[in-house]
Amino acid sequence: MTELDRITARILEQISGGEFRQKGAFNLRQNGTALCHGDSEHVKIRKKEDKQGIDVYIDGDTDGEQVHIPVVVNASGMTDIVYNDFYVAEGANVTIVAGCGIHNSGCNESRHDGIHSFHIAKSANVRYEEKHYGEGEGTGAKVLNPVTNIYLEEDAVFTLDTAQIKGVDSTKRETNITMDKGAKLFVTEKLMTHDHQTAVSDMEVQMNGEDSSAQIISRSVAKGTSTQVFHPRAVGNSKCHAHVQCDSIIMDQAQVSSIPEINAKHLDAAIIHEAAIGRINDEQLIKLRTLGMTEEEAEGVIIDNFLN
Amino acid sequence: MLEVKNLTFEVNENGIKRRIVKDISFQVADGEMLVITGPNGGGKSTLAKVLMGIEKSSDGQILLDGEDITSYDINHRANAGIGFAFQQPPRFKGMTVRRLMTLSAGRELTHAQCCRMLSMVGLCAQEYVDREVDGTLSGGEMKRLEIATVLAKPHKLCIFDEPEAGIDLWSFSMLVQQFEKIHLEKKESLILISHQERIIQMADRIMVIEDGRIASIGSRDDVLPGLFKDEGCACPNRA
Repeated sequence: MTELDRITARILEQISGGEFRQKGAFNLRQNGTALCHGDSEHVKIRKKEDKQGIDVYIDGDTDGEQVHIPVVVNASGMTDIVYNDFYVAEGANVTIVAGCGIHNSGCNESRHDGIHSFHIAKSANVRYEEKHYGEGEGTGAKVLNPVTNIYLEEDAVFTLDTAQIKGVDSTKRETNITMDKGAKLFVTEKLMTHDHQTAVSDMEVQMNGEDSSAQIISRSVAKGTSTQVFHPRAVGNSKCHAHVQCDSIIMDQAQVSSIPEINAKHLDAAIIHEAAIGRINDEQLIKLRTLGMTEEEAEGVIIDNFLN
Repeated sequence: MLEVKNLTFEVNENGIKRRIVKDISFQVADGEMLVITGPNGGGKSTLAKVLMGIEKSSDGQILLDGEDITSYDINHRANAGIGFAFQQPPRFKGMTVRRLMTLSAGRELTHAQCCRMLSMVGLCAQEYVDREVDGTLSGGEMKRLEIATVLAKPHKLCIFDEPEAGIDLWSFSMLVQQFEKIHLEKKESLILISHQERIIQMADRIMVIEDGRIASIGSRDDVLPGLFKDEGCACPNRA
């Protein structure tokens, strides 16, 4: 088992919730190289020959297994670009836990661009969890620009659960999903920005197959002078249904733009969007204060649960 | 014991001061149930909010077990032992019923404990604990949950602002039983703001507030007969 330094261990704790283990199928990338990796009976991880990254092959007998592929960047000034491709076979049931944490103690920008492509075969069920986190006493920026491409075959189910916990100075997220007949997509995006941070999230869902469905829930909290821009786009190219919901809490001098776009190209495409931006409700604060909390404690509870 | 002395609350409306609560004094003994009733807009809910510290009194004094809590803010009054159930409770996106109950109880709750607390107000924990306290709950469900949050831990004084509003008859009966149980145990003082006869009939004492003042206060037997007396219609068109 590879011994991990203190910073790496701490960041892994943040992005994997303490669940990362060097067993089963896993790949830990640190400062641009694979620090350690393992396969399981049903999940094989192979290093790409032509560029940085891995190919992950998940066979059809996989049932309930977790695959951990965290990334840690703790070298200041580093730009790490990685291409990870996932091939999930028909009928597989798997949870993929990714996530990236940057520790920057220097004055130069540290950046990680993870370009992930998921090829999900018929009737496979995938849960993909991704947490982003930044820390470090340096003045250098911590930048994360994930690109996620998801291709869902007939009756495939994909649950995408992404969260930006804190400490990421700049992020530009790009997510593209195409869906075949009967495919189902569940997206939960949670994002917290503070200080001068910026976040942009562009998402496009192409519902090509009949009876495909998508539920996209985006929740964010913007503090300080941070700015956020959300642009989820759902396109119905056949009989399908989708629900897009963007909720943001705005605090201090922060700014949030929410631009949901729905585009129906078929008579039986039913697509709904909702968007709301607002400050913390005074009545919520008062209710929690009647339970004995200070205003600051109540505010923390409201935010924690909102981004739960 | 709660002692309220010459309590006044006024608001400033475009430079003109308007008194909503006018020089009100009363006491609530340990284990006593006081029901406050009276016409809409008379100042009942405002008085309750002033007692909880949600609104700041303009004048007067509030003592809880001899401790002057007049200058305490909301959370200090809560920690001093006052519980408050809102007439229109707020919703919390992302917060589960279990989490809200845990926060209300001030301790981690087992499923069985949560179930017991919710069943007191007619909610089945199995159906509700993992649901969010958001727009998916009906007004009646929210109201019952609100009452459960106050009953989740012991207080010296519990204030319920129109607990019956928005609750179906079956749940209302359960709620009345719950108030009767608390009242019988005499552990907590209760202030209930209500228009509901069945609740008013449970009171040890009744206080009627009209136009920000106490119109009458006394034992149930003294005040109740005058409350529902048909004084006839004063409409000049009526024959």
